[in-house]
Amino acid sequence: MSNGHDSHLPGLPGDDSHDAAHDGHGGALVPEEPIPNPGLPEHVWRPTDVDAKAERRAERQIATLFGLSTVCVVLFVVSYVVFGVNGGADGKSVRTIGGLGASNVALGVTLGGALLFIGVGLIQWARKLMADHEIVEMRHPARSSDEDREETVRVLALGADESGIARRPLVRNSLLGAVGVLIAPAVVLLKDLGPTNRDVTDSQPYPGAGLEHTVWDKGMRVVRDVVGTPIRPGDLEIGDLVNAEPAMIFEVDDEGEPVLEGVPLQIAKSKGAVVVVRMLPGENKPAPGRENWAVDGILCYSKICTHVGCPISLYEKKTHHLLCPCHQSTFDLADAAKVVFGPAARPLPQLPLMVDDDGYLVAQSDFKEPVGPSYWERDSQQSTSK
Amino acid sequence: MRFLNRSVGRLSRHRRRPVAGLLLLLLGLVLTGSLYAALAPSSTADSAQSDEELVAQGRELFLVGCAFCHGQNGEGVLTQDGNQLGPTLVGVGAAAVDFQVGTGRMPAVQPGAQNPTKPGSYTQDEIDALAAYVASLGPGPAVPNPEDYSLAGMSEEERQEAVSRGGQIFLTNCTACHNFAGKGGAMPHGGYAPALSNTTARHIYEALLTGPGQMPSFSNGNLSPEEKRDVIAYLYSLRDQPEYGGFDLGGMGPVSEGLFAWLVGIGSLVGVATWIAAHTARSSKPKKSNSGEEFAA
Repeated sequence: MSNGHDSHLPGLPGDDSHDAAHDGHGGALVPEEPIPNPGLPEHVWRPTDVDAKAERRAERQIATLFGLSTVCVVLFVVSYVVFGVNGGADGKSVRTIGGLGASNVALGVTLGGALLFIGVGLIQWARKLMADHEIVEMRHPARSSDEDREETVRVLALGADESGIARRPLVRNSLLGAVGVLIAPAVVLLKDLGPTNRDVTDSQPYPGAGLEHTVWDKGMRVVRDVVGTPIRPGDLEIGDLVNAEPAMIFEVDDEGEPVLEGVPLQIAKSKGAVVVVRMLPGENKPAPGRENWAVDGILCYSKICTHVGCPISLYEKKTHHLLCPCHQSTFDLADAAKVVFGPAARPLPQLPLMVDDDGYLVAQSDFKEPVGPSYWERDSQQSTSK
Repeated sequence: MRFLNRSVGRLSRHRRRPVAGLLLLLLGLVLTGSLYAALAPSSTADSAQSDEELVAQGRELFLVGCAFCHGQNGEGVLTQDGNQLGPTLVGVGAAAVDFQVGTGRMPAVQPGAQNPTKPGSYTQDEIDALAAYVASLGPGPAVPNPEDYSLAGMSEEERQEAVSRGGQIFLTNCTACHNFAGKGGAMPHGGYAPALSNTTARHIYEALLTGPGQMPSFSNGNLSPEEKRDVIAYLYSLRDQPEYGGFDLGGMGPVSEGLFAWLVGIGSLVGVATWIAAHTARSSKPKKSNSGEEFAA
């Protein structure tokens, strides 16, 4: 072992740049080998190294493992053809093995087996047959040799000199300018990703467009989600919970076509979703200015969490707490949906309710504040919940 | 009497006999009685009687098994520090009793965040009596009829339709707590939403109707009986489904799957890696051939 390159290793004694802590040792060199190097223990051979029979047996084992992998691949192809995923022979039920989908189980087991057997075979090969004698490999110093460093600096300097970048400022500055202007295409492309929130809100390309609006409007009925039926106050008992939507998402025009379709429909659904709960009117503590937003203890809040926008309907009827399943934000629906726990920063927006001439629950207006999580301009909005 | 005597007198030569009027009166009474017994809704009298008996029997059972927590008249009992030992049962209805006692949640073993299900302590007759008594305390939802929740008699097409609609209703209204596969989930303060994998149709219907514990109720005005039955059809269809994708590990989502991956998956990898590095059979014999010297240094 050669230690002739000690001076290249950082942090060794004798280095001028060394910190003061080591100076306490008087700068004396520590011994190169504080503990005598015991060397490698004597190599012990494996049975396969010393016994020709064992060696051949190991060979056969490894070949068998690789063979099994091949068999698994064949079985994979066979099971891909044999087990359908779109229904079995009767065209109805998918075949199962032990209550599990036959196709999934067969494909998974055979492909997994094929890979596993190759891996096991390789490990067996390495353990039984490949040379396993111990060796010592010394670390190399990270620093390049002085000759290499000098050569590199010389080549760089030569390049700078021959290109004349220092002598030709016109070329250099025009290159810098050209590279700098290259930022313009990125700015132009990124700027045109889509209309800004303000543009969408102002132009209203479809009902309830923009982050500040939903499709809720004065007189729009609150209907049950999925089935789309309107709700009378008398339908609901104390403790009832209704997952509801604005009536517009179920409406059809004169020709039987849906009023909202595609992206506007999905946006209307996701922003307009509400929960309707009924509690004893005395249990509700309405926020100032919201005294007439409830109908006989029936309250309606946005279903979209103000934290990151998960739909919430995990409702505890005794505590009137509504919990978000994503991050456990908890809102007290009897207290203007104030946050009582969790990362949400804002109460759920409340939808003011009233009853229309036919006796169904309808909205008094749109939400008075944007629904859902915060966004760039959100905090500049006047919040009615304050 | 004179009028009766006269009208009958034409029919009988014994009309002037003193007992004739009396006999006729008896005959009329017997005839009226038997006609009434034959034609009138015969059950009314009996059931009024037996309802009363049922309520009385239920009250007996209630005083023994329930009154300690719920009060002798079902008014509810508060503990000294203001907590509720047992809530009032006025107005919870027969359906709540049938659900709570039928699933073994009541009578509770001990007060706590939530009462687990257990084998029932009462026979169905006793539950009916308790339900009748509690229903007599105040108006509340009655035990539903089997036609409301039974899936029998539906054609395959109707059943598929019900499963499809019920699935959407379940995913909208129930999955927040009960998980999309109906396997239940944890709730605040030590509570939990139970798994619905083995709940009977009747108890699912009653739970929807009454909203046990913290669960909001889905009264018939909120979720119609047909919609409730659709939800039941969906939950039942889940039970028949094979696990196409492999073991569901309780169907609880990332918790059990992540635990499995960490413990079994990574654990077995660590174990195998340790085994590969640690064990290699060694021979005590030296190598015979010359090539060994190459490595023996």
